[in-house]
Amino acid sequence: MELFDNLALGFGVAFTFQNLIYAFIGCLLGTLIGVLPGIGPVATIAMLLPATYALPPIAALIMLAGIYYGAQYGGSTTAILVNLPGESSSVVTVIDGYQMARKGRAGPALAAAGLGSFFAGCVGTLILAAFAVPLTEVAFKFGPAEYFSLMILGLIGAVVLASGSLLKAVAMIVLGLLLGLVGTDVNSGVARFSFDIPELTDGIGFIVIAMGVFGYGEIITNLAQPEDQREVFLGKVTGLFPTKEDFKNMTPAVLRGTAIGCILGILPGGGALLAAFAAYTIEKKTKLRPGEVPFGQGNIRGVAAPESANNAGAQTSFIPLLTLGIPPNAVMALMVGAMTIHNIQPGPQVMTSNPELFWGLIASMWIGNLMLVILNLPLIGMWIKLLTVPYRWLFPAIVLFCAIGVYSTNNNTFDIWLVGAFGVVGYIWAKLSVEPAPLLLGFILGPMMEENLRRALLLSRGDWSVFVTRGLSASLLAVAAVMLVVVLLPAVKSKREEAFVEE
Amino acid sequence: MKIKSQKDFFSGLMFTVIGASFAYGSMSYNIGTGARMGPGYFPLLLGVVLALLGAAILFKSFVVETPDGEPVGAFAWKPLVFIIAGNLLFGVLLGGLPAFGLPAMGLIAAIFGTTIVCSMAGDEFNFKETVVLSAILSVMSYAAFILLLKLQFPVWPTFISG
Repeated sequence: MELFDNLALGFGVAFTFQNLIYAFIGCLLGTLIGVLPGIGPVATIAMLLPATYALPPIAALIMLAGIYYGAQYGGSTTAILVNLPGESSSVVTVIDGYQMARKGRAGPALAAAGLGSFFAGCVGTLILAAFAVPLTEVAFKFGPAEYFSLMILGLIGAVVLASGSLLKAVAMIVLGLLLGLVGTDVNSGVARFSFDIPELTDGIGFIVIAMGVFGYGEIITNLAQPEDQREVFLGKVTGLFPTKEDFKNMTPAVLRGTAIGCILGILPGGGALLAAFAAYTIEKKTKLRPGEVPFGQGNIRGVAAPESANNAGAQTSFIPLLTLGIPPNAVMALMVGAMTIHNIQPGPQVMTSNPELFWGLIASMWIGNLMLVILNLPLIGMWIKLLTVPYRWLFPAIVLFCAIGVYSTNNNTFDIWLVGAFGVVGYIWAKLSVEPAPLLLGFILGPMMEENLRRALLLSRGDWSVFVTRGLSASLLAVAAVMLVVVLLPAVKSKREEAFVEE
Repeated sequence: MKIKSQKDFFSGLMFTVIGASFAYGSMSYNIGTGARMGPGYFPLLLGVVLALLGAAILFKSFVVETPDGEPVGAFAWKPLVFIIAGNLLFGVLLGGLPAFGLPAMGLIAAIFGTTIVCSMAGDEFNFKETVVLSAILSVMSYAAFILLLKLQFPVWPTFISG
């Protein structure tokens, strides 16, 4: 079997002493920094990218991948314990995970996230290994029109699955796309919407928006609530490991989450965030077993499913990166950066030109996931100690780490003024009940969408019908349309019922 | 005309204004045609779409009934001001403000400044406790960011370290 030959090659590379050490360092560093609220994998990898210059390419990528998974694990820990999404894909973990922590079930929540992630990671690695080769061939059939439609589908999917008003979510995506365009236009070299500020010609940093809106916005919202309603840790922690009942509940959720994550991770622009949203929505739609805690109040499925999904999605999101050369999220964009530092051009050719690196990286992902479980399950007790830190000590520290993280990505103070501005904006959005997560997705995809739209229309000589006359593109758009219609139907229905009641 | 949802009204207004400004701003760049998109083409398109979406949300806020009018509620000025001020102070102390002749005071001063100002956002503020917290955070940050990660931060004020 070719697959096993490839994996054997990969494990041969990953299991050398040197690479195991780097994987371990990556996982440990990633977890440590990922646990710090406000600093997710993006900031962590960005900070550590310079440290990998001196390493051989495969060791560097293995370490960065380790940081990615470690930080992501740390991110879900932060989400559960501190009610802050360590990164965008833990946004939904916050909902039920934090409620579990408040009820003294932080241990099972963390264990569910860890075990679910590990299982999903194993499956994701297998899928990645099995599908990378055939998908590289499909990748060659994708033109710019298909890419554009694929991104539309990804964005519509994110909106459909987000909570709250559909109109506002779409508006936030468009706003995100627009913010993503700030900076120098790659085609014409024109600095757009930069107001002659030199720092803005490089665009707005993803970290600046994420930390401003999620970090500061949330802290202000939290502090604004009267003390008794404030989101602080209550109750005692009893029992670190999930009960039998928990396992019964979470197993199907983990399986569903993994499946959804693997499928959605392959979509460029989908990845971990979309997968987590989708998994949570699907869990919410399934029937509650008798005696189960409702969603939003600390249901273990609300932690297990999105955490499995985002890990599976994170794994399979390497597929668009490695086969299409598209980074589906901010972390992958940094991985592109790391690869280019070491003179590796991401794209379909990596697999043939650098098989050791390609398969070694895949194998190391699995090893990294294993290390994380070994590293983290015994340490859960330590993370729980974080619960005893009062919020009045915690929030200044969070603000401080956000500020340090923002400054360190570019080493300039301009980003600090900008993150302050986004903090104010984030608070205003919270006051207006506008969901900020879709904005981030739009922000990442903005420049890529523009580029593919430009190319597609260039090839069709300005004819917009190219998006529906090409079969693949048309079917992608059709799926997006169906999703919209499906989600609109019950909304229309409930609105009608409201009107009926008022009469 | 009566506003039926304050939240929708203001978010609609916000989206319309932002969309219109982006659309207006993109006019100053070359728009081009579909086959030859200029740098202004995509932002103009998105700006118009955003303004239309904003208008739709505005329209909704006048039409769709809500049980309580969805008021925006009072702004929490105290946490808003202190948190943002703490963040800005970090930048000022760390990097200085050359335009105003303020020298860079370095990381440690910035940590103390930020932590103390941010702590004032909370309900209970204890100066002694906050100073201790700042000291702990300084040691931790120094160990993690300077010693371990070797990040390029100015640690001490420029007039001491030169």
